[in-house]
Amino acid sequence: MFYIYCPYCGEHREESEFRPKGQAHIMRPKDPESCSDEEWADYLFFRDNPKGVHHEMWVHATGCRKFFNMTRDTVSYEILEVYKMGEQPKITAASRVVGGEK
Amino acid sequence: MSNVAVFDQNAGMGVLAESPLAHVSGVKGGHTPGVVIREKAFLGYLTLRGNSEDVSFQDGVKQALGMPLPTEPMRLHQNQHKASSIQWLSPDEWLIVVQGGTEYETEMALRAELTGHFAVVNISGGQTLLTLSGSAALEVLHKSTVYDVHPRNFPVGKAVATTFAKATAIIRRPTEDTWELIVRRSFADYCYRWLIDASQEFGVDYE
Ligand SMILES: [Zn+2]
Repeated sequence: MFYIYCPYCGEHREESEFRPKGQAHIMRPKDPESCSDEEWADYLFFRDNPKGVHHEMWVHATGCRKFFNMTRDTVSYEILEVYKMGEQPKITAASRVVGGEK
Repeated sequence: MSNVAVFDQNAGMGVLAESPLAHVSGVKGGHTPGVVIREKAFLGYLTLRGNSEDVSFQDGVKQALGMPLPTEPMRLHQNQHKASSIQWLSPDEWLIVVQGGTEYETEMALRAELTGHFAVVNISGGQTLLTLSGSAALEVLHKSTVYDVHPRNFPVGKAVATTFAKATAIIRRPTEDTWELIVRRSFADYCYRWLIDASQEFGVDYE
């Protein structure tokens, strides 16, 4: 079970109050008309499946019903950080390697 | 003043209204029931949305409701005189509970005060409110929700939307020894039966 900090409610809540909503920071192509099929398919269907640091969206489904982002280690399941929509992660796969953590 | 078409959705006393718990019969819990459950049926409910950082929005809400807008998460404010309350639901959303029949005048009061980007929606009838009291009320909540309802984490004046049994509910603590549950209309029967079952071991009284 995760014990997740909701950045909007400002406290930790049980995982059963949340729903995972997949990879975060997926940008819709600004001009879909001029996209190649490959770019469009990549946007619509293809998702990262990293071993290690992953940025994902979660929704506080039975609480405040807000979406937020989470950086999570897919190996240890450790939640490294949560941050609000529109914000950028402080911890990335690159920063972890440079920082020499783990 | 907002230019929105509104009407009084309360059909009045001449039309039969049914609580979602109209069909359940009472339970008598003996002389000293550990849990006393009561339904406060037919209250008025409004959802309010707006920008909590906008001072004129805060002022307008206070003016219309006679209680300040809760801007801190999970805060419940009450107006004892009007028997009404407003609670934080999310950073831009609040739930207002008023006495049945006063929801339209409350909506109009808000619309008269508020300007700019906001929303007021009458959601009365979509949910009902149950009060829980008695010496074992807290025990029943412990059995029913994943949320930490220990008094150290749940002081008077807190209101939390969370999971309840296998459904959802808003759990509120308006006074020291009364708990309120706001459950959705379609889950009211389920939540009621869950509560009766969970309260059985302590003795339960419902009417
Ligand atoms: Zn939340």
